[in-house]
Amino acid sequence: MKSYEALRTAPNPDHAVVRGPGEVEVHLHVNGESRTAIIEPRVSLLDALRDRLELTGTKKGCNQGACGACTVWVDGRRVLSCLTLAITCENREVTTIEALSEGDTLHPMQQAFLDCDAFQCGYCTPGQIMSAVALLAEGHVGDDTEIGEWMSGNICRCAAYPHIRAAIRRVRDEGGPGDASR
Amino acid sequence: MRPVSYSRATDVGAAIGAVSADPESAFLAGGTTQVDLLRIYVEQPRRLVDINDLPLNRIEELPGGGLRLGGLARMSDVAEEPELVRRYPMVAEALLLGASPQLRHMATIAGNLMQRVRCSYFRDVAAGCNKRAPGTGCSAIDGINRGHAVLGTSDCCIATHPSDLGVALVALDAVVQTEGPGGTRSIPIDDFFLLPGQTPEREHPLTHGELVTGIDLPPLPVAATSRYIKIRDRESYEFALASVAVAMSVVDDRITEIRLALGGVATKPWRARQAERLLDGAPATTESFTRAAEAELAPAVPHGMNTFKIELARRTIVRALEIMAQREGTT
Repeated sequence: MKSYEALRTAPNPDHAVVRGPGEVEVHLHVNGESRTAIIEPRVSLLDALRDRLELTGTKKGCNQGACGACTVWVDGRRVLSCLTLAITCENREVTTIEALSEGDTLHPMQQAFLDCDAFQCGYCTPGQIMSAVALLAEGHVGDDTEIGEWMSGNICRCAAYPHIRAAIRRVRDEGGPGDASR
Repeated sequence: MRPVSYSRATDVGAAIGAVSADPESAFLAGGTTQVDLLRIYVEQPRRLVDINDLPLNRIEELPGGGLRLGGLARMSDVAEEPELVRRYPMVAEALLLGASPQLRHMATIAGNLMQRVRCSYFRDVAAGCNKRAPGTGCSAIDGINRGHAVLGTSDCCIATHPSDLGVALVALDAVVQTEGPGGTRSIPIDDFFLLPGQTPEREHPLTHGELVTGIDLPPLPVAATSRYIKIRDRESYEFALASVAVAMSVVDDRITEIRLALGGVATKPWRARQAERLLDGAPATTESFTRAAEAELAPAVPHGMNTFKIELARRTIVRALEIMAQREGTT
């Protein structure tokens, strides 16, 4: 968490002031960049990312915290952006699927999902990958039962689960970057 | 979702002051229940006071040997605390068998106690529901009630309390620490959860603006030998149909200490006191376990689709006790 301390203490609007309910300036830090959105306090992080910041890699599935398609990292931890209000993320680091690749070089987990055929329709895939990379950093990838339990917050309607687990095993066994802070 | 205003509290006093001064305001912590309920208009505060920056996320030793869990500690952090895993394994198990990894990173343990029921009629603002809109009737009693409670119900409400953590906490006699406009107080966990009776809208004794600052786990050596067993429709990421928190010690094949609580079958996390009375001092046999389970479920009231829960709860109790007896026998 140490790398987020500077952000936590960075100058920002006086948080104690009551803002909204109309549109207000919300200062976010997304994928290493400072971004400003003019939004109401009730806007979710998911909607702010997709509709205001043009980061549409994060998907809206159920919009009620049941499916995991909207998984992003806040301060390096995987969370659900549909149940997070964007304004609560001021002074926190938000990371989305767009930050994983370096140019045209895919993150090893992205490559493994391609190589292992770990998706069909692909709608849940960004959430699956954000969850999978975070899981490698958390541990809990000992065997398929453990992987299944710790990936259970990401539903795949096409049921590509065996291949998703295979992709995670491959990155685990290659000792590739499972580093959520990357 | 209705429009809301927002502020972020920098200290506990300011947070309590902001919420208690305005009847239409609410604390916002992990948000996993609250944002969901805001979106479907079940909860409609006009102002949210974000308490996530308050220094209430620590896990500390209590004088005398207990543990204090800060109210804002996240489910995932509490579940991995080594001293908690060693001294109160049922609490760690209950946390890890609840929700999903993402939700456990967000949800606080105070919020876990404050979460609302998952009754589909409570969540549907077009349906009658005495908990959401007192006096409008209970749609679940003659409705789709497979997931509903068989213990602690009333003719006003049969919604199941959804918490796994709460079940382990009532078995342990945990104490809820609060701070509010009237000062601080300590509330025994069994008094914190209220039966629905004729006032199902009242789920806990907190006043508006009173904040759960922590949960104290008392020193309890037998808790080091404890389990949380959860039965559900799928293997992960699902609420309990029946669950059991149990701590037990056996000496010379007799039960010398027992703590037992049920989840998934009652309107509050259910301390199985009737079963405990029968088990205390009894031989650690399936016969004793069965008798205790039957006694605990004797007052159960089914409502059609949830009738199966009575037998399921009995069997879950017996299985949990058998698991504990076998483990005790081998150590």
